[in-house]
Amino acid sequence: MKKIIILALAVISFNNINAQTKLLTTKTGKAWFDAGTGLEDITGTNKSVLSALNPATGDMQFSILIKGFEFWSQLLQEHFNENYMESDKFPKSTFKGKITNLDKVNFAKDGTYPVIVKGTLEIHGVKNDIEKKGTIIVKGESVDASSEFTVTMDDYKIAIPSVVKDKLSKTAKIKINCTYTQSK
Amino acid sequence: MRKNTLKFTALLFSIISFNTVFAQDDLLSGLEDKNPKQYVNNAFKSSRVINGHSMEFIGKGVLDTRILHRFGLINSGYTNFYGLDQANMRLGFDYGVTEDLTVGIGRSNVGKEYDGFIKYRVVHQSVGGKHHSPVSVVLVTGMTLNSTPWANPDRTNYFSSRLAYYNQVIIGRKFTEAFSWQISPTHVHLNIVPTQYDLNDVFAVGTGARIKISKRTAFVVDYHYVLKNLSKNLFFGGDDDNSYSGPLQIDNYVNPLSVGFDIETGGHVFQLHFSNSTGMNEKAFITNTSNKWGKGEIRFGFNLSRVFTVSKKKELHTSKN
Repeated sequence: MKKIIILALAVISFNNINAQTKLLTTKTGKAWFDAGTGLEDITGTNKSVLSALNPATGDMQFSILIKGFEFWSQLLQEHFNENYMESDKFPKSTFKGKITNLDKVNFAKDGTYPVIVKGTLEIHGVKNDIEKKGTIIVKGESVDASSEFTVTMDDYKIAIPSVVKDKLSKTAKIKINCTYTQSK
Repeated sequence: MRKNTLKFTALLFSIISFNTVFAQDDLLSGLEDKNPKQYVNNAFKSSRVINGHSMEFIGKGVLDTRILHRFGLINSGYTNFYGLDQANMRLGFDYGVTEDLTVGIGRSNVGKEYDGFIKYRVVHQSVGGKHHSPVSVVLVTGMTLNSTPWANPDRTNYFSSRLAYYNQVIIGRKFTEAFSWQISPTHVHLNIVPTQYDLNDVFAVGTGARIKISKRTAFVVDYHYVLKNLSKNLFFGGDDDNSYSGPLQIDNYVNPLSVGFDIETGGHVFQLHFSNSTGMNEKAFITNTSNKWGKGEIRFGFNLSRVFTVSKKKELHTSKN
Protein backbone atom coordinates (compact mmCIF):
# COMPACT_ATOMS: atom_id res chain seq x y z
CA MET A 1 0.00 0.00 0.00
CA LYS A 2 2.70 2.44 1.00
CA LYS A 3 4.69 1.46 -2.04
CA ILE A 4 1.77 2.37 -4.25
CA ILE A 5 1.37 5.78 -2.64
CA ILE A 6 5.03 6.47 -3.08
CA LEU A 7 4.81 5.32 -6.64
CA ALA A 8 1.79 7.53 -7.22
CA LEU A 9 3.54 10.54 -5.73
CA ALA A 10 6.60 9.78 -7.78
CA VAL A 11 4.50 9.67 -10.93
CA ILE A 12 2.78 12.93 -10.06
CA SER A 13 6.01 14.70 -9.31
CA PHE A 14 7.71 13.16 -12.32
CA ASN A 15 4.91 14.35 -14.52
CA ASN A 16 5.07 17.82 -13.05
CA ILE A 17 8.78 18.03 -13.50
CA ASN A 18 8.38 16.73 -16.97
CA ALA A 19 5.81 19.31 -17.89
CA GLN A 20 7.51 22.18 -16.15
CA THR A 21 11.21 21.88 -16.57
CA LYS A 22 11.47 20.35 -19.96
CA LEU A 23 9.08 22.56 -21.89
CA LEU A 24 10.90 24.59 -24.53
CA THR A 25 9.33 27.97 -25.12
CA THR A 26 9.78 31.28 -26.91
CA LYS A 27 7.97 34.60 -27.11
CA THR A 28 10.09 36.00 -29.90
CA GLY A 29 9.70 33.48 -32.67
CA LYS A 30 9.63 34.78 -36.22
CA ALA A 31 7.05 34.27 -38.90
CA TRP A 32 7.42 35.58 -42.42
CA PHE A 33 5.22 35.26 -45.44
CA ASP A 34 5.30 36.21 -49.08
CA ALA A 35 2.00 36.48 -50.93
CA GLY A 36 3.22 38.51 -53.87
CA THR A 37 3.55 37.55 -57.50
CA GLY A 38 6.72 39.56 -57.97
CA LEU A 39 5.00 42.75 -59.10
CA GLU A 40 4.87 44.24 -55.65
CA ASP A 41 6.58 43.39 -52.37
CA ILE A 42 3.82 41.73 -50.36
CA THR A 43 5.71 40.28 -47.46
CA GLY A 44 4.99 40.53 -43.78
CA THR A 45 7.09 39.77 -40.74
CA ASN A 46 6.04 38.97 -37.21
CA LYS A 47 8.74 38.88 -34.58
CA SER A 48 6.66 37.94 -31.55
CA VAL A 49 5.49 34.44 -32.28
CA LEU A 50 4.58 32.48 -29.17
CA SER A 51 5.58 28.87 -29.30
CA ALA A 52 6.17 25.90 -27.03
CA LEU A 53 7.66 22.52 -27.70
CA ASN A 54 7.50 19.55 -25.38
CA PRO A 55 10.58 17.47 -26.18
CA ALA A 56 9.24 14.52 -24.20
CA THR A 57 6.03 14.14 -26.16
CA GLY A 58 6.78 16.05 -29.36
CA ASP A 59 3.84 18.38 -28.84
CA MET A 60 4.25 21.69 -30.58
CA GLN A 61 2.12 24.83 -30.42
CA PHE A 62 2.26 28.23 -32.05
CA SER A 63 0.23 31.36 -31.59
CA ILE A 64 0.67 34.42 -33.84
CA LEU A 65 -1.05 37.76 -33.39
CA ILE A 66 -2.17 38.94 -36.83
CA LYS A 67 -1.84 42.61 -35.91
CA GLY A 68 1.79 41.95 -35.10
CA PHE A 69 2.72 41.53 -38.74
CA GLU A 70 4.79 44.39 -40.10
CA PHE A 71 5.03 45.50 -43.71
CA TRP A 72 7.11 47.98 -45.63
CA SER A 73 4.00 50.05 -46.20
CA GLN A 74 1.35 51.12 -43.74
CA LEU A 75 -1.28 50.69 -46.41
CA LEU A 76 -0.38 47.05 -46.94
CA GLN A 77 -0.63 46.45 -43.23
CA GLU A 78 -4.01 48.13 -43.18
CA HIS A 79 -5.34 46.09 -46.06
CA PHE A 80 -3.87 42.89 -44.66
CA ASN A 81 -5.66 43.39 -41.36
CA GLU A 82 -8.88 44.89 -42.59
CA ASN A 83 -9.61 43.32 -45.94
CA TYR A 84 -7.89 39.95 -45.95
CA MET A 85 -7.22 38.59 -42.46
CA GLU A 86 -10.05 40.50 -40.72
CA SER A 87 -7.93 40.64 -37.60
CA ASP A 88 -10.65 42.22 -35.46
CA LYS A 89 -12.72 39.09 -35.99
CA PHE A 90 -9.84 36.61 -36.05
CA PRO A 91 -7.04 38.12 -33.96
CA LYS A 92 -4.69 35.15 -34.05
CA SER A 93 -3.46 32.32 -36.11
CA THR A 94 -2.58 29.13 -34.24
CA PHE A 95 -1.03 25.75 -34.78
CA LYS A 96 -1.38 22.71 -32.53
CA GLY A 97 0.42 19.57 -33.46
CA LYS A 98 3.00 16.92 -32.85
CA ILE A 99 6.34 15.85 -34.19
CA THR A 100 5.56 12.47 -35.72
CA ASN A 101 9.13 11.20 -35.91
CA LEU A 102 10.25 12.21 -32.43
CA ASP A 103 12.42 9.11 -32.13
CA LYS A 104 14.76 10.64 -34.73
CA VAL A 105 15.44 13.70 -32.56
CA ASN A 106 17.90 13.66 -29.69
CA PHE A 107 17.51 16.84 -27.69
CA ALA A 108 20.53 15.95 -25.60
CA LYS A 109 22.91 15.80 -28.55
CA ASP A 110 23.97 18.65 -30.84
CA GLY A 111 22.83 18.15 -34.39
CA THR A 112 20.38 18.93 -37.16
CA TYR A 113 17.28 16.78 -37.24
CA PRO A 114 14.70 16.79 -40.02
CA VAL A 115 11.22 16.39 -38.57
CA ILE A 116 7.68 15.96 -39.76
CA VAL A 117 5.03 17.90 -37.90
CA LYS A 118 1.37 17.04 -38.11
CA GLY A 119 -1.46 19.07 -36.66
CA THR A 120 -4.13 21.70 -37.07
CA LEU A 121 -3.37 25.09 -38.52
CA GLU A 122 -5.88 27.87 -37.98
CA ILE A 123 -5.74 30.97 -40.14
CA HIS A 124 -8.57 33.48 -40.65
CA GLY A 125 -10.81 31.36 -38.44
CA VAL A 126 -10.49 28.29 -40.68
CA LYS A 127 -8.91 25.10 -39.34
CA ASN A 128 -7.09 22.70 -41.59
CA ASP A 129 -5.09 19.58 -40.85
CA ILE A 130 -1.62 19.87 -42.25
CA GLU A 131 1.56 17.85 -42.30
CA LYS A 132 4.77 19.76 -43.01
CA LYS A 133 8.48 19.20 -42.93
CA GLY A 134 10.71 21.11 -40.60
CA THR A 135 14.14 21.15 -39.07
CA ILE A 136 15.24 21.06 -35.46
CA ILE A 137 18.74 22.18 -34.63
CA VAL A 138 20.06 21.37 -31.19
CA LYS A 139 23.10 23.31 -30.15
CA GLY A 140 24.04 23.19 -26.52
CA GLU A 141 21.20 24.69 -24.49
CA SER A 142 19.34 26.19 -27.40
CA VAL A 143 16.90 24.42 -29.65
CA ASP A 144 16.05 25.95 -32.98
CA ALA A 145 13.00 24.91 -34.97
CA SER A 146 12.22 26.12 -38.46
CA SER A 147 9.89 25.28 -41.26
CA GLU A 148 9.06 26.53 -44.70
CA PHE A 149 5.83 25.70 -46.42
CA THR A 150 3.07 26.99 -48.64
CA VAL A 151 -0.60 27.52 -47.89
CA THR A 152 -3.39 28.11 -50.35
CA MET A 153 -5.50 31.20 -49.63
CA ASP A 154 -8.63 29.40 -50.73
CA ASP A 155 -8.20 26.76 -48.01
CA TYR A 156 -8.50 29.49 -45.41
CA LYS A 157 -11.31 31.41 -47.10
CA ILE A 158 -9.16 34.45 -47.84
CA ALA A 159 -10.79 36.08 -50.83
CA ILE A 160 -8.71 37.83 -53.46
CA PRO A 161 -10.64 40.47 -55.39
CA SER A 162 -10.09 40.48 -59.15
CA VAL A 163 -8.54 43.98 -59.17
CA VAL A 164 -5.47 42.74 -57.29
CA LYS A 165 -5.27 39.35 -58.98
CA ASP A 166 -2.04 40.30 -60.72
CA LYS A 167 -0.31 41.43 -57.57
CA LEU A 168 -1.53 38.89 -55.08
CA SER A 169 -0.63 35.25 -55.34
CA LYS A 170 -3.17 32.49 -54.68
CA THR A 171 -0.71 30.88 -52.35
CA ALA A 172 1.48 32.24 -49.60
CA LYS A 173 4.97 31.07 -48.81
CA ILE A 174 5.47 30.92 -45.06
CA LYS A 175 8.64 30.66 -43.02
CA ILE A 176 8.66 30.02 -39.29
CA ASN A 177 11.72 30.20 -37.11
CA CYS A 178 11.76 29.75 -33.34
CA THR A 179 14.70 29.63 -31.02
CA TYR A 180 13.56 27.97 -27.85
CA THR A 181 14.87 28.24 -24.36
CA GLN A 182 13.96 25.99 -21.47
CA SER A 183 11.21 27.50 -19.36
CA LYS A 184 11.55 27.33 -15.62
CA MET B 1 -5.85 -4.85 -0.53
CA ARG B 2 -6.33 -6.02 -4.07
CA LYS B 3 -9.28 -3.65 -4.46
CA ASN B 4 -7.18 -0.80 -3.19
CA THR B 5 -4.39 -1.60 -5.57
CA LEU B 6 -6.82 -1.41 -8.41
CA LYS B 7 -8.13 1.90 -7.17
CA PHE B 8 -4.67 3.28 -6.92
CA THR B 9 -3.71 2.05 -10.31
CA ALA B 10 -6.77 3.76 -11.71
CA LEU B 11 -5.90 6.94 -9.86
CA LEU B 12 -2.37 6.70 -11.09
CA PHE B 13 -3.43 6.37 -14.70
CA SER B 14 -5.87 9.19 -14.39
CA ILE B 15 -3.10 11.39 -13.01
CA ILE B 16 -0.80 10.47 -15.84
CA SER B 17 -3.42 10.99 -18.48
CA PHE B 18 -4.60 14.19 -16.84
CA ASN B 19 -1.09 15.50 -16.87
CA THR B 20 -0.64 14.60 -20.50
CA VAL B 21 -3.89 16.18 -21.58
CA PHE B 22 -3.11 19.24 -19.55
CA ALA B 23 0.29 19.55 -21.10
CA GLN B 24 -1.05 19.18 -24.61
CA ASP B 25 -3.74 21.78 -24.43
CA ASP B 26 -1.94 24.42 -22.54
CA LEU B 27 1.63 24.54 -23.69
CA LEU B 28 1.30 28.26 -24.29
CA SER B 29 -0.66 29.14 -21.16
CA GLY B 30 2.25 30.63 -19.29
CA LEU B 31 3.51 32.53 -22.32
CA GLU B 32 0.47 34.34 -23.49
CA ASP B 33 -0.14 37.88 -22.44
CA LYS B 34 -3.83 37.54 -21.65
CA ASN B 35 -4.63 41.18 -22.21
CA PRO B 36 -2.15 42.79 -24.57
CA LYS B 37 -2.47 46.48 -25.36
CA GLN B 38 -3.56 47.11 -28.91
CA TYR B 39 -4.12 50.39 -30.69
CA VAL B 40 -7.31 50.87 -32.60
CA ASN B 41 -6.74 51.90 -36.20
CA ASN B 42 -8.71 52.50 -39.37
CA ALA B 43 -11.50 54.48 -37.76
CA PHE B 44 -11.81 56.32 -41.06
CA LYS B 45 -10.60 55.34 -44.51
CA SER B 46 -8.90 58.65 -45.02
CA SER B 47 -7.25 61.36 -42.97
CA ARG B 48 -10.27 63.58 -43.76
CA VAL B 49 -13.88 62.80 -43.01
CA ILE B 50 -14.83 64.78 -46.12
CA ASN B 51 -13.85 68.39 -45.57
CA GLY B 52 -12.60 68.27 -42.01
CA HIS B 53 -9.70 66.34 -40.56
CA SER B 54 -10.50 62.89 -39.26
CA MET B 55 -9.01 61.15 -36.22
CA GLU B 56 -7.11 58.89 -38.64
CA PHE B 57 -3.44 59.21 -39.57
CA ILE B 58 -1.67 58.20 -42.75
CA GLY B 59 1.27 56.46 -41.08
CA LYS B 60 4.96 57.07 -40.78
CA GLY B 61 6.89 57.79 -43.94
CA VAL B 62 3.75 57.97 -46.06
CA LEU B 63 3.11 60.72 -48.58
CA ASP B 64 -0.53 61.31 -49.35
CA THR B 65 -1.30 63.20 -52.55
CA ARG B 66 -4.73 64.70 -52.30
CA ILE B 67 -6.69 66.17 -55.18
CA LEU B 68 -9.96 67.75 -54.15
CA HIS B 69 -12.69 68.93 -56.49
CA ARG B 70 -15.84 70.86 -55.76
CA PHE B 71 -18.09 71.46 -58.73
CA GLY B 72 -20.70 74.14 -59.24
CA LEU B 73 -24.24 74.10 -57.91
CA ILE B 74 -26.35 71.20 -59.10
CA ASN B 75 -29.39 73.45 -59.40
CA SER B 76 -27.57 75.71 -61.86
CA GLY B 77 -29.23 73.55 -64.45
CA TYR B 78 -28.62 71.89 -67.74
CA THR B 79 -26.74 74.78 -69.33
CA ASN B 80 -24.00 74.40 -66.73
CA PHE B 81 -24.28 70.61 -66.85
CA TYR B 82 -25.58 70.61 -63.29
CA GLY B 83 -22.54 72.37 -61.96
CA LEU B 84 -19.88 70.20 -63.55
CA ASP B 85 -18.84 73.05 -65.87
CA GLN B 86 -17.35 74.86 -62.95
CA ALA B 87 -14.66 73.38 -60.76
CA ASN B 88 -12.90 74.50 -57.63
CA MET B 89 -9.97 72.44 -56.63
CA ARG B 90 -7.27 72.00 -54.05
CA LEU B 91 -4.05 70.15 -54.60
CA GLY B 92 -2.31 69.05 -51.45
CA PHE B 93 0.39 66.88 -50.01
CA ASP B 94 0.32 65.35 -46.54
CA TYR B 95 3.32 63.63 -45.04
CA GLY B 96 3.43 61.33 -42.03
CA VAL B 97 6.46 62.32 -40.00
CA THR B 98 5.66 59.75 -37.32
CA GLU B 99 2.68 57.51 -36.58
CA ASP B 100 1.22 60.38 -34.57
CA LEU B 101 2.35 63.44 -36.48
CA THR B 102 1.30 64.58 -39.93
CA VAL B 103 2.13 67.80 -41.73
CA GLY B 104 0.46 68.98 -44.88
CA ILE B 105 0.35 71.76 -47.43
CA GLY B 106 -2.10 72.61 -50.14
CA ARG B 107 -3.38 75.22 -52.51
CA SER B 108 -6.94 75.98 -53.46
CA ASN B 109 -7.92 78.00 -56.48
CA VAL B 110 -10.71 79.60 -54.45
CA GLY B 111 -9.09 82.78 -53.16
CA LYS B 112 -5.75 81.61 -54.55
CA GLU B 113 -5.25 80.22 -51.10
CA TYR B 114 -2.30 78.29 -49.71
CA ASP B 115 -2.76 76.33 -46.53
CA GLY B 116 -0.62 74.30 -44.22
CA PHE B 117 -1.29 72.32 -41.08
CA ILE B 118 0.25 70.26 -38.33
CA LYS B 119 -1.77 67.39 -36.91
CA TYR B 120 -0.69 65.59 -33.77
CA ARG B 121 -2.26 62.64 -31.96
CA VAL B 122 -2.04 63.11 -28.21
CA VAL B 123 -4.03 60.03 -27.25
CA HIS B 124 -4.49 56.95 -29.40
CA GLN B 125 -7.58 54.83 -28.83
CA SER B 126 -6.55 51.41 -27.54
CA VAL B 127 -7.81 48.23 -25.93
CA GLY B 128 -6.23 45.91 -23.39
CA GLY B 129 -3.22 46.56 -21.23
CA LYS B 130 -3.14 48.48 -18.00
CA HIS B 131 -3.77 51.92 -19.44
CA HIS B 132 -5.98 52.19 -22.43
CA SER B 133 -8.08 54.96 -23.82
CA PRO B 134 -11.60 54.67 -25.22
CA VAL B 135 -11.02 57.64 -27.52
CA SER B 136 -8.36 59.23 -29.67
CA VAL B 137 -7.53 62.88 -29.10
CA VAL B 138 -5.96 64.78 -31.96
CA LEU B 139 -4.81 68.40 -32.15
CA VAL B 140 -4.73 70.25 -35.44
CA THR B 141 -3.40 73.70 -36.08
CA GLY B 142 -3.30 75.29 -39.50
CA MET B 143 -2.69 78.48 -41.36
CA THR B 144 -4.04 79.83 -44.62
CA LEU B 145 -2.52 82.42 -46.91
CA ASN B 146 -4.65 84.28 -49.38
CA SER B 147 -2.55 85.27 -52.38
CA THR B 148 -5.05 87.25 -54.44
CA PRO B 149 -3.78 90.72 -55.48
CA TRP B 150 -4.66 93.39 -52.92
CA ALA B 151 -8.14 94.76 -53.41
CA ASN B 152 -6.88 98.23 -52.58
CA PRO B 153 -3.23 98.46 -53.66
CA ASP B 154 -2.98 102.18 -52.85
CA ARG B 155 -3.22 101.80 -49.12
CA THR B 156 -0.59 100.20 -46.89
CA ASN B 157 -1.15 96.47 -47.02
CA TYR B 158 0.47 94.12 -44.55
CA PHE B 159 1.48 90.56 -45.31
CA SER B 160 -0.18 89.46 -42.08
CA SER B 161 -3.49 90.52 -43.55
CA ARG B 162 -3.27 87.59 -45.91
CA LEU B 163 -3.17 85.10 -43.06
CA ALA B 164 -5.80 83.23 -41.14
CA TYR B 165 -5.46 80.43 -38.63
CA TYR B 166 -7.44 77.51 -37.36
CA ASN B 167 -7.09 75.34 -34.28
CA GLN B 168 -8.96 72.17 -33.65
CA VAL B 169 -9.30 69.39 -31.10
CA ILE B 170 -10.65 66.13 -32.47
CA ILE B 171 -12.07 63.60 -30.05
CA GLY B 172 -13.09 60.44 -31.81
CA ARG B 173 -13.86 56.81 -31.24
CA LYS B 174 -14.14 53.75 -33.41
CA PHE B 175 -17.15 52.17 -31.73
CA THR B 176 -17.34 49.07 -33.86
CA GLU B 177 -15.64 47.82 -36.97
CA ALA B 178 -18.38 49.54 -38.96
CA PHE B 179 -19.10 52.69 -36.98
CA SER B 180 -16.80 55.56 -36.02
CA TRP B 181 -17.75 58.98 -34.71
CA GLN B 182 -15.84 62.10 -33.84
CA ILE B 183 -16.48 65.60 -32.55
CA SER B 184 -14.15 68.51 -33.19
CA PRO B 185 -14.39 71.93 -31.53
CA THR B 186 -12.74 74.41 -33.88
CA HIS B 187 -11.55 77.98 -33.66
CA VAL B 188 -10.87 80.07 -36.75
CA HIS B 189 -9.05 83.37 -36.53
CA LEU B 190 -8.99 85.79 -39.43
CA ASN B 191 -6.32 88.48 -39.28
CA ILE B 192 -8.34 90.77 -41.46
CA VAL B 193 -12.00 90.68 -42.37
CA PRO B 194 -13.68 92.44 -45.29
CA THR B 195 -16.10 94.61 -43.33
CA GLN B 196 -16.66 95.90 -39.84
CA TYR B 197 -19.61 93.52 -39.63
CA ASP B 198 -17.35 90.49 -39.76
CA LEU B 199 -15.91 88.78 -36.71
CA ASN B 200 -12.22 87.96 -36.49
CA ASP B 201 -12.76 84.88 -34.35
CA VAL B 202 -15.28 82.25 -35.25
CA PHE B 203 -16.00 79.16 -33.20
CA ALA B 204 -17.57 76.00 -34.53
CA VAL B 205 -18.10 72.38 -33.59
CA GLY B 206 -17.53 69.80 -36.23
CA THR B 207 -18.74 66.25 -36.23
CA GLY B 208 -18.03 63.36 -38.53
CA ALA B 209 -19.21 59.79 -38.75
CA ARG B 210 -18.47 56.77 -40.82
CA ILE B 211 -20.65 53.74 -41.40
CA LYS B 212 -18.95 50.97 -43.29
CA ILE B 213 -21.11 49.37 -45.93
CA SER B 214 -18.63 46.78 -47.13
CA LYS B 215 -14.94 46.10 -46.71
CA ARG B 216 -14.06 48.78 -49.22
CA THR B 217 -16.92 51.26 -49.12
CA ALA B 218 -18.27 53.46 -46.38
CA PHE B 219 -20.93 56.11 -45.91
CA VAL B 220 -19.61 59.32 -44.35
CA VAL B 221 -21.15 62.49 -42.94
CA ASP B 222 -19.26 65.66 -42.15
CA TYR B 223 -20.99 68.60 -40.46
CA HIS B 224 -19.76 71.80 -38.84
CA TYR B 225 -22.03 73.82 -36.60
CA VAL B 226 -20.99 77.46 -36.35
CA LEU B 227 -21.38 78.73 -32.77
CA LYS B 228 -22.76 82.13 -33.73
CA ASN B 229 -23.80 83.34 -30.29
CA LEU B 230 -20.58 82.20 -28.64
CA SER B 231 -18.50 83.89 -31.32
CA LYS B 232 -20.49 87.14 -30.96
CA ASN B 233 -20.37 87.12 -27.17
CA LEU B 234 -16.66 86.51 -27.13
CA PHE B 235 -16.10 89.23 -29.69
CA PHE B 236 -18.07 91.84 -27.81
CA GLY B 237 -16.90 90.52 -24.47
CA GLY B 238 -20.46 90.61 -23.14
CA ASP B 239 -19.78 94.29 -22.59
CA ASP B 240 -22.75 96.66 -22.36
CA ASP B 241 -20.70 99.59 -23.66
CA ASN B 242 -20.25 97.79 -26.91
CA SER B 243 -23.91 97.81 -27.64
CA TYR B 244 -23.89 97.07 -31.35
CA SER B 245 -26.74 94.74 -32.04
CA GLY B 246 -27.22 95.17 -35.76
CA PRO B 247 -26.65 92.58 -38.45
CA LEU B 248 -23.36 90.74 -38.60
CA GLN B 249 -21.88 88.72 -41.41
CA ILE B 250 -21.72 85.67 -39.17
CA ASP B 251 -25.51 85.50 -39.22
CA ASN B 252 -25.25 84.67 -42.90
CA TYR B 253 -22.86 81.79 -42.37
CA VAL B 254 -24.43 78.48 -43.24
CA ASN B 255 -23.32 75.32 -41.49
CA PRO B 256 -21.46 73.16 -43.98
CA LEU B 257 -22.94 69.69 -44.36
CA SER B 258 -21.43 67.05 -46.58
CA VAL B 259 -22.51 63.47 -47.14
CA GLY B 260 -20.81 60.94 -49.31
CA PHE B 261 -19.15 57.64 -49.88
CA ASP B 262 -15.58 56.50 -49.41
CA ILE B 263 -14.48 53.98 -51.97
CA GLU B 264 -11.14 52.32 -51.58
CA THR B 265 -9.30 50.65 -54.42
CA GLY B 266 -5.80 49.52 -53.58
CA GLY B 267 -3.67 52.60 -52.93
CA HIS B 268 -6.46 55.05 -53.79
CA VAL B 269 -9.31 56.34 -51.73
CA PHE B 270 -12.10 58.11 -53.59
CA GLN B 271 -14.43 60.21 -51.53
CA LEU B 272 -17.50 61.13 -53.55
CA HIS B 273 -19.88 63.51 -51.87
CA PHE B 274 -22.54 66.17 -51.99
CA SER B 275 -22.02 69.35 -50.03
CA ASN B 276 -23.20 72.91 -49.65
CA SER B 277 -19.67 74.23 -49.16
CA THR B 278 -16.91 75.07 -51.60
CA GLY B 279 -14.09 75.60 -49.16
CA MET B 280 -11.42 72.95 -48.90
CA ASN B 281 -9.70 74.09 -45.76
CA GLU B 282 -11.13 74.72 -42.30
CA LYS B 283 -11.07 78.50 -42.60
CA ALA B 284 -12.82 78.42 -45.93
CA PHE B 285 -15.63 75.98 -45.26
CA ILE B 286 -16.46 77.36 -41.83
CA THR B 287 -16.50 81.07 -42.70
CA ASN B 288 -17.30 81.02 -46.42
CA THR B 289 -20.28 78.73 -46.77
CA SER B 290 -23.44 80.48 -47.88
CA ASN B 291 -25.31 77.86 -49.91
CA LYS B 292 -28.24 76.06 -48.38
CA TRP B 293 -29.20 72.42 -48.71
CA GLY B 294 -32.85 73.41 -48.28
CA LYS B 295 -32.73 75.50 -51.45
CA GLY B 296 -31.08 72.75 -53.44
CA GLU B 297 -27.79 74.63 -53.50
CA ILE B 298 -25.73 71.48 -53.44
CA ARG B 299 -22.47 70.67 -55.15
CA PHE B 300 -21.01 67.42 -56.21
CA GLY B 301 -17.39 66.94 -55.25
CA PHE B 302 -14.72 64.38 -54.77
CA ASN B 303 -11.48 63.89 -52.88
CA LEU B 304 -8.91 61.66 -54.46
CA SER B 305 -6.20 60.37 -52.20
CA ARG B 306 -3.20 58.38 -53.35
CA VAL B 307 -0.64 57.27 -50.80
CA PHE B 308 2.99 56.53 -51.49
CA THR B 309 5.31 54.94 -48.97
CA VAL B 310 8.35 57.17 -49.13
CA SER B 311 10.53 55.70 -46.42
CA LYS B 312 10.57 51.93 -46.20
CA LYS B 313 11.21 49.84 -43.15
CA LYS B 314 14.21 48.07 -44.62
CA GLU B 315 15.32 46.07 -41.62
CA LEU B 316 12.27 43.87 -41.96
CA HIS B 317 13.70 42.17 -45.00
CA THR B 318 16.57 40.60 -43.14
CA SER B 319 14.32 37.82 -42.01
CA LYS B 320 13.87 36.74 -45.62
CA ASN B 321 16.95 34.57 -45.46
